[in-house]
Amino acid sequence: MSLWEYANPKKFVATTTPVIPWVFGAALACLGLGLVWGFFFTPDDFRQGATVKIIYLHVPAAMMAINIWLMMLVTSLVWLVRRHHVSALAARAAAPIGIVMTLIALWTGAVWGQPMWGTWWAWDPRLTSFLILFLFYLGYAALWTAIEDPDTAADLTSVLCMVGSVFAVLSRYAANFWNQGLHQPATFSLDAETNIAPVFWYPALLCMAGFVLLFVALVLLRTQTEIRVRRMRALVARAART
Amino acid sequence: MPDLGDYGVYVLSAYGGAAVLLIGLVVQSVTRARRVRAELEEVERRHG
Repeated sequence: MSLWEYANPKKFVATTTPVIPWVFGAALACLGLGLVWGFFFTPDDFRQGATVKIIYLHVPAAMMAINIWLMMLVTSLVWLVRRHHVSALAARAAAPIGIVMTLIALWTGAVWGQPMWGTWWAWDPRLTSFLILFLFYLGYAALWTAIEDPDTAADLTSVLCMVGSVFAVLSRYAANFWNQGLHQPATFSLDAETNIAPVFWYPALLCMAGFVLLFVALVLLRTQTEIRVRRMRALVARAART
Repeated sequence: MPDLGDYGVYVLSAYGGAAVLLIGLVVQSVTRARRVRAELEEVERRHG
């Protein structure tokens, strides 16, 4: 069986429909467990106090904001090369989820920054590149709705997605590139020496799994919706011609 | 409820804001999916 079989909209909908409720359930379980564990059963940080509890939302949301854009890049490239509609529609379906994840990262970052840095916002490399990524998300979603022909919209949004990928990568590595500003480099690491203490790491890991699963469930559901909208428009257009 | 000290308002507003956004996203996704499915069924019945 080839992966490209799922580029058939009918096959995609038939395959993903039974999967979505399970992925939703797994996402809720991971998120519920991770957030309750992190909020109620982890100690305060010796320097940051109780604000460390914001890490269980801030880091997974920021991680998803960047990776959703990279997923959109891959599906946009598949559209440009192979012209599979499901691929372009998956990129379109992912954008609103990316907008929400970026907003959560910006919001939780601001309310974490105020007590720790003494400011809600700073034109720091990491924060600024994240804000630009947010604006790219908005522009991407707006471009889809601004162009009537879906294939032209898919082409142009794919190009925009490639340009925006620079900022997605930049927002991940900005703190390392410039080594200045308020935001510290990555908190989590696979290296046990530099990673945060296990007491914070395990609930954070569960929350990250929950955010990934929630994204998978939502992007499958929203892609199905985009496929149905496309079919509906095609049927109405065909009926109008006859 | 854990003792959040002086940071209660910051921690709770982070969780509250994120909850509103995430729940809003899920509700919007599910209601739009249901509405579009019903509309497609109607269009297919008429033109399909």
